[in-house]
Amino acid sequence: MVPFSFAGETFFATVDGALFWPEQRALLVADLHLEKASWFARIGQFLPPYDSHATLTALQAQVERTGATRLFCLGDSFHDRFGCDRLPAEARELLISLTSRLDWTWIVGNHDPGFAGHCGGRLAEEVAICGIVLRHEAVRDEPRPEMSGHFHPKLRLHLKGRNVSRRCFVASPTKLIFPAFGSLTGGLDAHHPEILGNVGNGAAALVPVSDRLLRFPLAA
Amino acid sequence: MAGWFEAKGWQPRRHQREMLELARAGRSAVLVAATGAGKTLAGFLPTICELGEQPREGLHTLYVSPLKALAVDVQRNLIGPIDEMGLPIRVETRTGDTPSDRKARQRVRPPQVLLTTPESLSLLLSYGESAQMFAGLRTIVIDELHGFAKDKRGDLLALAVSRLGTLAPGLRRVGLSATISDPDAYRAWLAPDGDIEAVDLIVGDPGAEPELSILIPEGKIPWGGHSGRHAAREVMGLIAQHKTSLVFCNTRSLAELIFQDLWAVNDASLPIGIHHGSLAREARRKVEAAMAAGKLRGLVCTSSLDLGIDWGDVELVVQMGAPKGSSRLLQRIGRANHRLDEASQGSIVPGNRFEYLEAVAALDAIDAGELDPESFRAGTLDVLAQHILAVACAGPFHQDDLLAEVRSAAPYAGLKDETFDEVLNFIATGGYALKAYDRFRRLVPEAGGVWRISRPVIAQQHRLNAGVIVEQPLLTVRFRNGRKLGTIEEGYASTLSPGDHFYFSGLALEVEQFKDTDVIVRASTKDARLVTYGGQRMSMTTHLANRVRQMLADRNDWHRFPDDVRDWLEVQSERSVLPEPHQLLVETFPHEGRHYMVCYSFEGWNAHQSLGMLITRRMETAGLKPLGYVANDYGLACYGLEPIGDPRPLFSPDILEREFVDWVENSMLLKNAFREVAVIGGLVERHHPGKKKSGKQVSFSTDLIYDVLRRYEPQHLLLRAAWEDARQRMTELGRLVRLVDRAAATMLHVEVERVTPLAIPLMVIIGREAMPQGSDADETLLVQAEALAGAAMTV
Repeated sequence: MVPFSFAGETFFATVDGALFWPEQRALLVADLHLEKASWFARIGQFLPPYDSHATLTALQAQVERTGATRLFCLGDSFHDRFGCDRLPAEARELLISLTSRLDWTWIVGNHDPGFAGHCGGRLAEEVAICGIVLRHEAVRDEPRPEMSGHFHPKLRLHLKGRNVSRRCFVASPTKLIFPAFGSLTGGLDAHHPEILGNVGNGAAALVPVSDRLLRFPLAA
Repeated sequence: MAGWFEAKGWQPRRHQREMLELARAGRSAVLVAATGAGKTLAGFLPTICELGEQPREGLHTLYVSPLKALAVDVQRNLIGPIDEMGLPIRVETRTGDTPSDRKARQRVRPPQVLLTTPESLSLLLSYGESAQMFAGLRTIVIDELHGFAKDKRGDLLALAVSRLGTLAPGLRRVGLSATISDPDAYRAWLAPDGDIEAVDLIVGDPGAEPELSILIPEGKIPWGGHSGRHAAREVMGLIAQHKTSLVFCNTRSLAELIFQDLWAVNDASLPIGIHHGSLAREARRKVEAAMAAGKLRGLVCTSSLDLGIDWGDVELVVQMGAPKGSSRLLQRIGRANHRLDEASQGSIVPGNRFEYLEAVAALDAIDAGELDPESFRAGTLDVLAQHILAVACAGPFHQDDLLAEVRSAAPYAGLKDETFDEVLNFIATGGYALKAYDRFRRLVPEAGGVWRISRPVIAQQHRLNAGVIVEQPLLTVRFRNGRKLGTIEEGYASTLSPGDHFYFSGLALEVEQFKDTDVIVRASTKDARLVTYGGQRMSMTTHLANRVRQMLADRNDWHRFPDDVRDWLEVQSERSVLPEPHQLLVETFPHEGRHYMVCYSFEGWNAHQSLGMLITRRMETAGLKPLGYVANDYGLACYGLEPIGDPRPLFSPDILEREFVDWVENSMLLKNAFREVAVIGGLVERHHPGKKKSGKQVSFSTDLIYDVLRRYEPQHLLLRAAWEDARQRMTELGRLVRLVDRAAATMLHVEVERVTPLAIPLMVIIGREAMPQGSDADETLLVQAEALAGAAMTV
């Protein structure tokens, strides 16, 4: 993990799209979309029922690696508001063990408004820490520095005959949009006007790779 | 009927009479007869006779062809005679293009003769009315039988035929083909329970021998290349000399290039056209209509025209590049002159010296009556899942009865009880070890082994998603005014940026912008680069490879080769060696600061491509600092910074256990295969190209599903099916295994001081270096890309 600074604070981005804030000992992730697979099972699409477990295992690994004591989920943590009720036993235990040991905040997203259950942790519409606003979806004319999710940005590049597609952060001086952390969540091209329109000029895609953070300028 | 033949001044041919006799005896048959021998009519004569003698309502005969266009053409060719005989027989088509009101009407009041495709037939079987509709079916006629036995469409068709056998006891099965090397295998494929005795074989009288030649402009054959582009002027000359010519190319991108080349030397402005599978349907129909009307002198095309409707006026077929197989060549040549007693004319344009040998091998094989061997294989599980769901949509089924019925289809004869149960569970709940989806079941078991679908919406979903052809995501190429030129695969489109120039649909185009799923282009006059469409590449067949090997070793054979080729072989035998047919020649030599290893294994491009990947990995481990590799049908060249002293360890058979598995699991190969089986098997919904997604419809990244599934349930049915696909179709694993197994015993290693004549066709393609696959390499590329972007942006 390589440090980078945003809004005067230092952060570390992980390869799978989480952000560690050493100053706050906080881990931030967006768009877990837990129980996405079981949501689709209702309409006869039987995706592997292991997506929540895979996502939470990855999250646990980052918690252990960083030693975080606080955790912020930037919305769409469950694919729908009843997602938590459907968690398979093993995944549920894993989540409860995490929420009970960490200072855990669920920020509400558009997929999971009015959370039916959340296995611990507290709910919030948005949170401000050290002057940085954490919310699910970026607000265009927000004057304060802001971190958000919602768009699932991905960088797609064509390099030497290969299509390379990676989850990425999209950053401007005052806005940082997170990639989706969920194991079954797709992505939207970082160049998409919806994303660029939200972050404004001077945006870049940040791609964490094993030992560094790559920066690709995005034309607005 | 006899009167009709008489009025036409015709005589029924022997095989047509025999087909009639067999039908009267209620027998099934495979008919092998040359193009132009009245094969299709032979298939329908019994139907026409029977319905002429005893007119009746209800479906009597079902005809299945691999192409919609063929069904339409056959309809036209049948309606003529039927009208002239004044018979009350309705002949209708049913394909994806048939309007839905007509489809609904056909289910209630079917015509006596229905012409369709495997996909449409499978869909018909998913309706409850199908039991009644097919109850009186007497005959099923399968055209171009050889096109079905080896792929997923064939699996689907075999299962459908089996189902029809249950719905219509006493059904006669009839298969038609012009090119079959092993008729007995097809008799078994067609027969219920593989009972070869249940299907008779009728062989038509042979047609005139084709007149085939190899075109060598000015007696010169190029060192490299595989397209025959050097012969554009001569090919244009041939087009000018013949009424109408078909110019076959082995890939779509070559077709575009050849078309440009021909256009550049088309001094007389003869009307020529281009036809391949990536062009817009309207564009293809237009070209086909122009051909049918005799308005084109030449048509550049690909395998999209290997099968198809007859154009009586085609006089000449040109094959650009090597033919890759004798059956394929015969089939293409057969597109010229559909009259039995006149010879088809064909010309092959080899692109390099190996291709010359391959062309000679193909002509020799045709002379010897040797066709490409057929590769039958077990039916795939994704297709089985789709079929079972179709059956369930039509009504409840008993699992034992269905299993027996499925097994009576040749590709599924060896299906195990437990595999069948797994497939049932997969359809019902996804087939996961974690029983998470029981309450969302698609199939519900009832007492006594009967299953039914849980709710009607399952049937609607099935019908939207059925089919066995899974397209790559496609983008539409359009002019700004909206006119559609065709489609290109997303993978290729992503290599283009606004301002780039490329060839498509016979035009040089410039990309203006990308808009949703459209590539907006304008005409350009600049030099363009080539569209490299994805898709599979054909490999030279094993029997042609064996013939080429034999030619290299047999000096007495060289006298018939042109000087170019003879000199090439002579110098090779002086400077290095020419291998005996059983030997694996491996040469090592330095060249311009790099060290090369070239092996001449003749196992085809696909196997060599896989082997190159594996060997460069081993070179990496062995500290030989590999830089890349290139492959063609004849061999493989790997190169690096360190000399390869002993190539043997690089070829040791354990490469297939370790590196191969590791590589396949991490490559796009398996992910692509998984995507296909996930769609066909009904795990994810099909993406309908061009159709706007409805709010509920979401396209999943099957790559993500693959990753999760591989981690949690590596033995899942779909992963096994994906592996099987990857094994069978994409890597030609069998040939790779033979190559590696043979290597230790048969390797002849020669160290030479510089590049050898035999190596040149490979050496000239170096430059398009293959990058190793996998996420490490992706990461390297990303790092490089950032550095480049950084350098470019620094002021």
